[in-house]
Amino acid sequence: MKTLMLGNEAMARGLYEAGCTVVSSYPGTPSTEITEFAAKYPEIYAEWAPNEKVAMETAFGASLAGRRSFCGMKHVGLNVAADPLFTISYTGVNAGMIIGVADDAGMHSSQNEQDSRHYARAAKVPMLEPADSAEALQFTKLAYEISEKFDTPVIIKMCTRVAHSQSLVEPAERQEPAPVPYEKRPQKYIMMPGNAKLRHPVVEERLEALRAYAETTPCNRWEKGESSDIGIITHSTSYQYVKEVCGDKYPVLKLGMAYPMPDKLLKDFAATVRLLVVVEELDGFIEEHCRSLGLALCGKDYFSPIGELSQNIVAEKLGLPTKPGVKLDTPIPARPPVMCAGCPHRGLFYTLAKQKLTVIGDIGCYTLGAVPPLGAIDAVVCMGASISGLHGFNKAEGAPDGKAVAVIGDSTFMHSGMTGLVNIAYNASNSTVIILDNSITGMTGHQQNPTTGYNLKGDPASKVDLEALCKAIGIRRVRVVDPYDLKQCDQVIKEEVAAEEASVIISRRPCALLKYVKHQPPLHVDADACRSCKACMKIGCPAISMKDGKAAIDNTLCTGCGVCEQLCAFGALQASKEG
Amino acid sequence: METKNIMIVGVGGQGSLLASKLLGRLFLSRGYDIKVSEVHGMSQRGGSVVTYVRFGDKVYSPIIDKGEADFILSFELLEAARWTEYLKPGGKIVTNTQQINPMPVITGAAQYPEGLVEEMQAAGIDVDAFDALSLAEQAGSAKAVNIVLLGRLSKGFDFSPEDWDRAIELSVPPKFLELNRRAFALGRES
Repeated sequence: MKTLMLGNEAMARGLYEAGCTVVSSYPGTPSTEITEFAAKYPEIYAEWAPNEKVAMETAFGASLAGRRSFCGMKHVGLNVAADPLFTISYTGVNAGMIIGVADDAGMHSSQNEQDSRHYARAAKVPMLEPADSAEALQFTKLAYEISEKFDTPVIIKMCTRVAHSQSLVEPAERQEPAPVPYEKRPQKYIMMPGNAKLRHPVVEERLEALRAYAETTPCNRWEKGESSDIGIITHSTSYQYVKEVCGDKYPVLKLGMAYPMPDKLLKDFAATVRLLVVVEELDGFIEEHCRSLGLALCGKDYFSPIGELSQNIVAEKLGLPTKPGVKLDTPIPARPPVMCAGCPHRGLFYTLAKQKLTVIGDIGCYTLGAVPPLGAIDAVVCMGASISGLHGFNKAEGAPDGKAVAVIGDSTFMHSGMTGLVNIAYNASNSTVIILDNSITGMTGHQQNPTTGYNLKGDPASKVDLEALCKAIGIRRVRVVDPYDLKQCDQVIKEEVAAEEASVIISRRPCALLKYVKHQPPLHVDADACRSCKACMKIGCPAISMKDGKAAIDNTLCTGCGVCEQLCAFGALQASKEG
Repeated sequence: METKNIMIVGVGGQGSLLASKLLGRLFLSRGYDIKVSEVHGMSQRGGSVVTYVRFGDKVYSPIIDKGEADFILSFELLEAARWTEYLKPGGKIVTNTQQINPMPVITGAAQYPEGLVEEMQAAGIDVDAFDALSLAEQAGSAKAVNIVLLGRLSKGFDFSPEDWDRAIELSVPPKFLELNRRAFALGRES
């Protein structure tokens, strides 16, 4: 029976039906739900790894052991896992192995807009690209067959609009293949130069075989059209936009296999149409390949490599009319994402801004500490870069009196912050690192991590002792603060920044959205005491606003955290007495 | 049937995902092709969020573009005004009159515009603006505002009350079923 599934859920269903047994991933929007849904099948062992490299190597190990495996990540996660990817391409697999990667064109929740298709070409591994949930399921099952037939890891590339769109799928039963017995094969699996030199030709031969396969794979589909004036080569959601706009008017070659591409099919298709148009999101990946085949076409000269495409963009570029609705004359204020009311990061960032520190930030909800009115962050690059960036900043004496710190979340610290801290200790920079320990991976929607004491399935797990870890790394000054206590935060940060050696401050309080976190009753405002000084507005709390010149609290949002109360010099913000 | 488009807009955390889930179940039960696109991740943190719900004989694009929405269902007034360009000529906006200040308004960098409903009407937009929050509270919980809004939206469709009721039953926990039924009826009949 047909059912409605998110693209990510359909991919998890595909893993289940194909008999996948081991899943290891690191959460990242828009890829997270693949692994969360996979974890709901008791037949699948699923885990959160500390980072994507660990996840991919775990999936490799499971493949080596003879079981179908999977690792999932967002596009930037594949950068972290690129090291194993390029060499697993050489070793090949034992049982099938899939790497799921989700791009984020439009940067709904990402720091860049990279096009992961380049990885397939660079690592010489096949990549499939589903365009809806049904294909996410089918392609996942097919990917295991390709993986085993051609002895290669297979990348399945999702994007936000496939990963986070629901559409209809037809689920089937699980078929679990018998495990492939592990055999010791040093020349295949030990990638030292002598062996790797023998494997590289195997990779090139495999690529030739995959090129031949691409000509006939069911992933690629030539759809006939009524007019041969234009022929469109497209992929992924761009295909959906093209069909939305053109219906069956023009022939369409939909490439479900992003790499390698079918040279003959491309040429044959081009030969039947007057004008060849390539509609693809982000880079001109298909376009470059077609041009290398000598095909003339319209591509990135019409369709921008920046941001997402849409049906209107496609229509406009094909010269078809669009009819936008009415735009109001009144300017509508933007509504950017904000730190939640009661967010434990707020008090900490308020303190950093107050002390005018240079703050090297990291990836997580707390990146929102960068936006007004807090405006407390100076730079954000990638997972873990806060700590290593601060080390370099301090070695170059970037801040007067060493007044610079790094801030990083608990999960991000486990992901790739630890190694930076080792560098600080080992190469002795007088740096202060603040770990924002909110006991969860917040931004991606509350995933467990090695510091929370629970695993992906919600069972109790080994819990990293952050204080002991930092000390073991060689940091002698490790302090813990409660970010709701502004006075304590202020004092401890001042002391640690002034100290003549490296230090770690752990700002510890669970995310206010966690179900087990008990909120206090909302604060109330003594309007007579309020002097309208707006000191309480400096923390950017969505629960506080000014009404008729006085501070006002939104009772539906306020968690009673009391941070604003500490900012009011006139005692106008008060904890509820009944609390 | 030509594809119908419903945009659900609001502020992250207001419960628009339940509304889209319920609509998906309803259209599935009627045998339509469906696509529902959601927003996850950072934008959910109190930001402006939009969900696209499309159904028809064959639905290709997962998103709704400017000038395409048959209905905009809005949980918050400013958000209704933000997305008017997406409304199809002859389309309708069903909006809660609740106002939630965005951060630029809270910090004083911008003003929450006044007279938005009147301005939309003056621009020729068919707007049904009502206090869904009060009706939700009347039904028993402020959280049922999404179901009140769906009740109001249901007037624009030919589906029977029984079809809607089955979709509600499949989408909410049993202990909140009666509350949500009340909320739906209040939205539909108000």
